[in-house]
Amino acid sequence: MNALSLGYLAAGLGAGMAVIGVGLGIGRLAAAAMEGSARQPTAANDIRTSMIIAAALIEGATLFAIVVCLLLAISK
Amino acid sequence: MTLAAAALALGLALGQHPPEATPSRPDAEAAAHAGTHEAHEAAAHENAGEAGHGEHHSLPEVMMHHVSNGTELELPGICGGSFEWNCRIDLREKTGGWVLNLGGVKIDMTPTKHLVMLWVAAAVLTLLLIFVSSRRAIVPSGLYNFFEMLVQFVRDIAVANIGKNDADRFVPYLASAFFFILFANLLGLLPFMATATANISVTVAFALFTFFVTQYAAIKAQGVGGYLKHLTGGVPPSLAWLWPIMIPVEFMGLFTKPFALTVRLFANMVAGHFVILALLGLIFTISVFVAPVSVALALAIFLLELFVAFVQAYIFTMLSALFIGAGLVHHDEHHDEEHGHAAEGDAPHASHVAGKVPGHG
Repeated sequence: MNALSLGYLAAGLGAGMAVIGVGLGIGRLAAAAMEGSARQPTAANDIRTSMIIAAALIEGATLFAIVVCLLLAISK
Repeated sequence: MTLAAAALALGLALGQHPPEATPSRPDAEAAAHAGTHEAHEAAAHENAGEAGHGEHHSLPEVMMHHVSNGTELELPGICGGSFEWNCRIDLREKTGGWVLNLGGVKIDMTPTKHLVMLWVAAAVLTLLLIFVSSRRAIVPSGLYNFFEMLVQFVRDIAVANIGKNDADRFVPYLASAFFFILFANLLGLLPFMATATANISVTVAFALFTFFVTQYAAIKAQGVGGYLKHLTGGVPPSLAWLWPIMIPVEFMGLFTKPFALTVRLFANMVAGHFVILALLGLIFTISVFVAPVSVALALAIFLLELFVAFVQAYIFTMLSALFIGAGLVHHDEHHDEEHGHAAEGDAPHASHVAGKVPGHG
């Protein structure tokens, strides 16, 4: 139960929680995009472009957390 | 194709060391999926991951070795008298170690793997663009048409974010950033190449370029006085006691946006490679029979990575254009409000500053 083991545990838990966050976030985004495209099929292309941009930004935020987890996981 | 040929030529010409893992066991995966990136990585894994051979033992070490920088290139070629898949080229030996002397401080500037990758990306991009633009025509066709489409795409990003009259000044920088990041990202997906943008120093450099261009654009548009005035965050001089809080916070806020650009690009590139390496490493840690599933999943992640390479280059360029535009737009609004009311002109200032600063995520 020393600091290194706790660090590894934290890395694993952190990665899992980060994925929960991004899964929920991008899932909601995709749901909104689907609904918008269904309501207005002519706007589907614009919605798709905005969806991809927003997904990349949300994922960027998640990857901040992943970088922290990686730093914990590769520490000695 | 040309890159594979260039890799072979490089390996042959420079003379290499044989790899320390001498037995090269025939790979079932390499035979089945000849020519794919995963197979070559698996081959390198096998040679490097065997217990007691070379310096790699555990999967995390192999993963870190593949993703991080170093002064060795591993290319296929003839070394030690026979054809090897991963001959090591020690850059420090080949170049004798480049050192930059700044007064008393010595900075080690020996080329590293990622630096060589950046050179390759720049060289490929330059040659491609020279070749493409030598066939200029009123009605473009072929590869020239494709590149013109891409540059037009970047110009549309600039116009959308910076405004029609200022966009053309910044399109050269934005197009350079877009193409260089795109080619550096894509280069990492080829066999025997590494992703230069998976190095935080490289992405910090790109973000610093954006930072300098943004500040230059803001200072040029508003003047140094106007620029410093905007660092107060729109708080009028009547509330000057707030400035000791506002100015440090706004000053730090100047740096969070490039920091986000850095980490976003770096983490996206590293994460893709890590997942592929981890999936392929499962073949070695669990059993060889998970290979079909593992390679299939790694292939799916590889295609996702290809998509992410394009998207991240686009996002970097778009956010750079957004930050440049945000620095410029203050000039126009400020100009209008100066001619209007004198005292209350700053209250709407605060709201538009708050509204214009984009999210940092």
